[in-house]
Amino acid sequence: MKEKLEALKAEALAKLQEVSDPQVLNDLRVKYLGKKGELTEVLRGMGSLSAEERPVIGQVANIVRGAIEEIIGTKQEVFQQQETQNRLQAEKVDVTLPGRRLPQGGIHPLSRVVQGIEDIFIGMGYRVAEGPEVETDYYNFEALNLPKNHPARDMQDSFYLTEDLLMRTQTSPVQIRTMQAMKGEAPVKIICPGKVFRRDDDDATHSFQFHQIEGLVIGRNIRMSDLKGTLQQFVQEMFGPSTGIRLRPSFFPFTEPSVEVDVSCFKCGGEGCRLCKQSGWLEILGAGMVHPNVLRMGGYDPEEFSGFAFGMGVERIAMLKYGIDDIRHFYNNDMSFVKQFKGL
Amino acid sequence: MKVSTSWLSDYISLDGVTADELAEKITAAGIEIDGVENRNKGITGIVTGYVKSKEKHPDADKLNVCIVDAGQGEDLQIVCGAKNVEAGQKVPVALVGAKLPGLVIKKAKLRGVLSQGMICSAKELGLNDKLLPKELQEGILVLPESTEIGLDITKVLDLNDEVLEFDLTPNRSDCLSMIGAAYEVSAILGRELKLPQPEKDIVEAGGSAANDISVRILNEELCSHYTARYITGVKPAASPLWIQNRLMAAGVRPINNIVDITNYVMLEYGQPLHAFDADTIDGGILGVRLADEDEVLTTLDGQERKLEPHMLVITDAAKAVALAGVMGGLETEVTGSTVNIVLESAKFDGGTVRKTSRQLGLRSEASLRFEKEVDPNRVIPALNRAAALIAKYAGGTVHEGIIQAGTDVVEEKVLTLSLDKLNRYLGTDLSLLEVKTLFGRLHFKCGDAAQGLIEVQVPTRRGDISYDVDLIEEIARLYGYGNIPTTPIEGPTTPGTLTRSQAIRREVRRLLSHGGYQEVLGYSFIQPEQSKLFPALTGEGLAVKLAMPMSEERSVLRTSLLPQLLDIAGYNTNRRQSDLALFEIGNVFYTEEEVLTRQPHELPMLGLLLSGTRAAKQWNVPVQPVDFFDLKGALETVFDHLGLTGRVVYEGDAPEGYHPGRSASILLKGPEGAVRIGTLGQLHPDLQRKLDLTDTYVAEVSLQPLYEAARNKLQYHELPRFPGVERDIAVVVDTAVPAGQLMDSIRENGGSLLQNVQVFDLYTGGKLESGKKSVAISLVYRHNEHTLTDEEVAEVHDKVLSELQQTFGAELRK
Repeated sequence: MKEKLEALKAEALAKLQEVSDPQVLNDLRVKYLGKKGELTEVLRGMGSLSAEERPVIGQVANIVRGAIEEIIGTKQEVFQQQETQNRLQAEKVDVTLPGRRLPQGGIHPLSRVVQGIEDIFIGMGYRVAEGPEVETDYYNFEALNLPKNHPARDMQDSFYLTEDLLMRTQTSPVQIRTMQAMKGEAPVKIICPGKVFRRDDDDATHSFQFHQIEGLVIGRNIRMSDLKGTLQQFVQEMFGPSTGIRLRPSFFPFTEPSVEVDVSCFKCGGEGCRLCKQSGWLEILGAGMVHPNVLRMGGYDPEEFSGFAFGMGVERIAMLKYGIDDIRHFYNNDMSFVKQFKGL
Repeated sequence: MKVSTSWLSDYISLDGVTADELAEKITAAGIEIDGVENRNKGITGIVTGYVKSKEKHPDADKLNVCIVDAGQGEDLQIVCGAKNVEAGQKVPVALVGAKLPGLVIKKAKLRGVLSQGMICSAKELGLNDKLLPKELQEGILVLPESTEIGLDITKVLDLNDEVLEFDLTPNRSDCLSMIGAAYEVSAILGRELKLPQPEKDIVEAGGSAANDISVRILNEELCSHYTARYITGVKPAASPLWIQNRLMAAGVRPINNIVDITNYVMLEYGQPLHAFDADTIDGGILGVRLADEDEVLTTLDGQERKLEPHMLVITDAAKAVALAGVMGGLETEVTGSTVNIVLESAKFDGGTVRKTSRQLGLRSEASLRFEKEVDPNRVIPALNRAAALIAKYAGGTVHEGIIQAGTDVVEEKVLTLSLDKLNRYLGTDLSLLEVKTLFGRLHFKCGDAAQGLIEVQVPTRRGDISYDVDLIEEIARLYGYGNIPTTPIEGPTTPGTLTRSQAIRREVRRLLSHGGYQEVLGYSFIQPEQSKLFPALTGEGLAVKLAMPMSEERSVLRTSLLPQLLDIAGYNTNRRQSDLALFEIGNVFYTEEEVLTRQPHELPMLGLLLSGTRAAKQWNVPVQPVDFFDLKGALETVFDHLGLTGRVVYEGDAPEGYHPGRSASILLKGPEGAVRIGTLGQLHPDLQRKLDLTDTYVAEVSLQPLYEAARNKLQYHELPRFPGVERDIAVVVDTAVPAGQLMDSIRENGGSLLQNVQVFDLYTGGKLESGKKSVAISLVYRHNEHTLTDEEVAEVHDKVLSELQQTFGAELRK
């Protein structure tokens, strides 16, 4: 019986050694180790053995079984690895092909700039205020210290609807409306973005419709030095921490003193480049201390309250910030233009 | 205003300050200097010469051979091609080796004849020859006979001069004069002024002017002061070169000595003057009054002007002879044969002059100055200055006395400035002495300061200064804006916020842009026909027209965002970009008034446009055209984010401009019923064809109702603890039955157990009889407190089904 087992082992090992197909391996496993397999068949004859022989043969049988199982196991593992290898090979993708993107829209570059500026001022404690785009002559001019026939009305040619109604030429009427709505309460700290309209022929730097953002602060002890401090903080957040400002005297009917504000060129850092026309400075803001007549029109006593206001053109800031050369791009809405303004 | 530094030096020393430095200082103190122009464009070696003879060139018809004495010891032979060259002229001569802009003069042979230099034109000398008479523009520059020879031309023409271009803001009309500019520079540099003293220069003779002329003002409110002088025996001729040089530096054309002197004094004092030929003034009487209806006047330019009763005129005994402050009359003009003149200096009302000059399109250096209000205290000095110069340079005799009407006394304003307020206002710490010193530099007199209050006397030349803050500005700009400290705002802090509507707009913008829609910005002005393309969500409103549009294309305020979105779509489609998903947030306008008397309604709207394919052509994504439900889904997402799901319904009522079968009105249900807040759908094929677009879907929603209806507060709902039971049904109904109604019925009958209803398939044709459709709907039932039993579900579900059968004749498809 022992010989029988040894022969079986030799035969099985020889056959299993040569197997190269998982199906054949399985067939051989059944053939030798199955319920009706050859090893089982041999062991079935164990009953006729003597009590001394039985453990000896039993041990031999176990060794034979072990050897067969081991080789089957090894073979199975090889086959499985092979199969995995084949599958991985078959499933390979071309990683250089493009993926499916998330839908990509975007906000208009002017909205982007407006929101950016709003957020800076919201962080500084400003409320965002709004007003109508069609204004009365009173709010657009008179309450801003530009009575009819005032020479300064030369500066802005307007779109009138009637003698008394016009498309606002500036966001400043919102200042008066806000002051009147606040009914003398202080402090007032607002920022007002919006569309404005002037009779300009469209060209690379002019558009009859454009956007402004205006700020107004009124309080009991607001100083011109606060205006400087506020604008200094704003330009650093907007254009970078090393940006500086320069104030030049100017004239607006609704502020006194009035200032033009230049920022140090954020492209060249003030060295002089094409953007700043070699001057090192970019003119971006008009500002000043609120004129006493305007305070009065808004319901604030100029002896008790003072304030400052500032305003800037959104298109101009966007053009400087992104290096855009033609203002008409904003209103043509060419997809290849508007879709450029995304991400950080 | 062009300010010649050479001229300016008459009044103030500019020693040690270059023109560029001066420009920088003036800009820093408030008047922007637009540019500094050197009048010498780089010429050297040009001297004055005398043309002794002129012979025709032997071999060239158009050339002359001139013998010129240029003070060089030997006469020069110069070939000259100018038509106007003549023997006996004094001319500028470029010697051999001379430099002109872009040119070096060499000894040369012209058609075989030696030329030892060049006789120069004004243009070759770099002068603005547009200011010269035509014959001098075309030929050589001819100098006055009295010119000495051999002099450096840059000295003769005063070319070693730099001109500052003052870009004046409307308040600083005081600098529309050389003296005003001198005051400004004096304040900036802290240097003394030396001004002309015409009353000392003037020599009166020839009897009292009152014997020959008189003046009167009928409308004193429009002319506060009218003055005149009578000058006889003038000899009109070319002005001395120095006057011409200065006029040209200022950009003013030299004409003759009388006119040039009035212009010179206008530039010097800022006070426009006018000279009449006295012998044409009927009765020697000059009057100031408003024009009569239908009165006419032929002005200096030869045009007959029809006058209106708001225009101020100067009259003689019989008729209007000039438009006050705007332009003189042709008939009383000073000409070459004029002998006696009346010189006028007056203060006319700025607004009146502006209105007249604008209406007639006659804007001049004079009207510009009157419009901004001239200094009343310079009316007489300017008159005297001009009279003295005319006597000196045009040979006239100034008769005794100034003939005048109106007031010549204008008091200087006195303002009180608190030193404390000044420092509080600016954030500075200036002392009384510092402030008084700065006022001193401005030539503003200060009284004694009591308790920190300074009395400041404001000269009449500074009409822009009316309030203490104006004085504060003067101090600030001279002190230097750069020297004002930088401080943070003191006082209570305030929270920075967006309003609810702003926050909602930002949310919509964020949502749509992240969902693939690109924001665009259109114009607020559209064509009138465009305002009629789509239904007015604006109610029964009328479009608002611009009074004076720049073009028909942009002549009414938009009543809808859609026309602009379609324009933008067209613009991009023409550029091969037709896969578009666009949105705009902006205002539309309408009014109920036929004639506008108050502000029109302004409504914030959301507009959307969709066309082309869902995604760009790509290897692993099928190309699918967008459809109605893509756009509707975008809106549903927006409404869902605003917490309005369930309150928004869609009605297929075919709004104007839309495809009748693929469009809907959007209604918002509220306590008072449903109101239409928007429209949605495919563009009507006719309109689409007209606009040359591909299949395009648009929507427009009024935002105001959303601001009010949107969820106020986000609230947590407890998560379900018990499993839901799902039932899928397929309902066969007439195709005309809207799915929305089936859903509404299911929701109503499903009651509180029904958690979710979803259409998951739609089927027509095939085995279904025609006119029928099968709608597959998935229902989820759930109870919050326990697991539903089959019986509980069946009870509700059966009710849902039987209601569908009864109401819609629905048949359940197996």
